[in-house]
Amino acid sequence: MIKTKRYKLELIANTLRQDVISMLAHAGSGHSAGPLGLADFFSVLYFHILRHKPKEPLWEKRDRFILSCGHVCPILYVTLARSKYFSLKTLHSLRTLGSPLQGHPHRGSARGIETTSGPLGQGFSVAVGMAIAARMDKTSHRIYCLTSDGEQNEGQVWEAAMFAGVKGLANLTLFIDRNNIQIDGTTDAVMPLEPLADKYRSFGWHVIDCDGHDMDAIDDACAEAKKKRLKPTVIILHTTPGKGVRFMEHNYIWHGIPPTQEQARQALLELKEARKKLSGKSLATKLLSYVS
Amino acid sequence: MSASTLHPKLYTKNLEQIPTRNGYGEALLELAKHNRHVVVLTGDLAESTRVLEFSKKYKDQFIECGVAEQNMAGIAAGLALSGKIPFISSYAVFSPGRSWDQVRVSICYNNANVKIAGAHTGISVGPDGATHQALEDIAIMRTLPNIIVLAPCDFEETKKATRAAAAWNGPVYFRFTREKTPCITTVQTPFEIGKAEILKKGRDVSLIVCGPLVYKALIAARQLMQEKINCEVINNHTIKPLDAKALLTSIKKTKAVVTIEEHQIMGGMGSAVCELLSQHYPVPVEMIGMRDTFGESGKQEELLEKYGMGVKDINTAVHKVLKRKT
Ligand SMILES: [Mg+2]
Repeated sequence: MIKTKRYKLELIANTLRQDVISMLAHAGSGHSAGPLGLADFFSVLYFHILRHKPKEPLWEKRDRFILSCGHVCPILYVTLARSKYFSLKTLHSLRTLGSPLQGHPHRGSARGIETTSGPLGQGFSVAVGMAIAARMDKTSHRIYCLTSDGEQNEGQVWEAAMFAGVKGLANLTLFIDRNNIQIDGTTDAVMPLEPLADKYRSFGWHVIDCDGHDMDAIDDACAEAKKKRLKPTVIILHTTPGKGVRFMEHNYIWHGIPPTQEQARQALLELKEARKKLSGKSLATKLLSYVS
Repeated sequence: MSASTLHPKLYTKNLEQIPTRNGYGEALLELAKHNRHVVVLTGDLAESTRVLEFSKKYKDQFIECGVAEQNMAGIAAGLALSGKIPFISSYAVFSPGRSWDQVRVSICYNNANVKIAGAHTGISVGPDGATHQALEDIAIMRTLPNIIVLAPCDFEETKKATRAAAAWNGPVYFRFTREKTPCITTVQTPFEIGKAEILKKGRDVSLIVCGPLVYKALIAARQLMQEKINCEVINNHTIKPLDAKALLTSIKKTKAVVTIEEHQIMGGMGSAVCELLSQHYPVPVEMIGMRDTFGESGKQEELLEKYGMGVKDINTAVHKVLKRKT
């Protein structure tokens, strides 16, 4: 990825994080850690990888993005708003009566939401169904599906993984947000998953481990998945829950709660500082590339 | 509707008997001829849900999901959201029995155009025993928004229900039975989703029935005629949405009801009828069905008799409800 592109995506990720904080503090409920940890991924996915037309959300040839771990929807909502599927103002209605932005995503409520999700494991199977349909119709769009690591506890995940592996659904790319936390604690404390990569490999998948905050790595992993002809690919995104807000990072307490107004103020300050450094860093790299 | 549209051999000894599930398999073959978007899924039950021939004839429209009903429900939702018309074929105890959450969220809340065919419903499943006798499926399906719930009464009607389900835009659940049951209706008998069919007119009591027990209701009504009791027999194949107009019209005339189904009396078709009556026109009701108990292995007729769903039980219920009628 060229540097200016990456700089743009980094700025977007920072914006998405600020949007998440503001939206959650305003709503007074919702999940914080997962959405912040996924901002870099959503920036790369929606502003670089996906073929989609926000003005034509049901465009038949669009790539499908299925959010299976519905509870991280704040990051989906802010990404959809920043992609211009709906207005930024809509974000303030999160979780309120009559809002298109339900506590967990509902297909048909807001533009750009492909499926209803929340109960874990379900989106994965729906994505598999879409991949089969695309294969039947010989269409070239791809199916992307995001699951969480806690979600891997569900039996349905392994039913879907077994099926997709056996059928060789190469048009399907699965992501696992490997942030090592779930509601009751660390994934190791609740239900250890390792060796996760080996499990998928043994189910017939191509597996890529990837730093979920390295935009180039995410981009490369998606490109690698696209080249596979016989196997579905799972990209294990190693992310830091709460990324970008120091008092939230790595702390499972932040899985399911929003920041208070005061905490939000503090978080936004930190993110704005980070944004300045981002432009500084980018300026330096720009100058460096100019010199060399 | 007059009785003339029923099978001409209805009350004869050589009335033909065919399992309702056969109608499902045959209708799917017809549908696929004209519609490449019809897709059939099964969870390792192609033969007994009667889609084996489909799987051979329409390989590209058939998906073997293995014994994984939750994933199968999700795959069907994904297919439907991509423009396909998927039919999930399994035993009702597994699908929607094991996949209820997936049916609720991935299918109903998404309003995905998925058809769920539940085979082996009722106590008449027989020798397989209680684990395989679906007696709760109507209850768990009819509480979900967006879904249609059907219980066709015979082979011909199952064919019609399958075609109607394909034509309907939205989730549909329909159930059928394992054993051979009498062919009550003909190709000409009307069938429309949401429209109860009056098979026999009467004025003393309304027998509201679904599934192959419609036949037993007709036989009971015929016997009761000899006692000068005139039953109205209604084939209430659509449990959701109920045909409130037709049912209330009948009940306002007869002022007594017997509901008959191969399902738990809690939450089933009879319960749906009682919900309607208690709000609009309360009259005495007797309910025939499973009484909060599991079934067991046995032969179809033995089981129906033991668990109170035989012709004799219908007669008894009619006498009982008539005594309560004011
Ligand atoms: Mg997690």
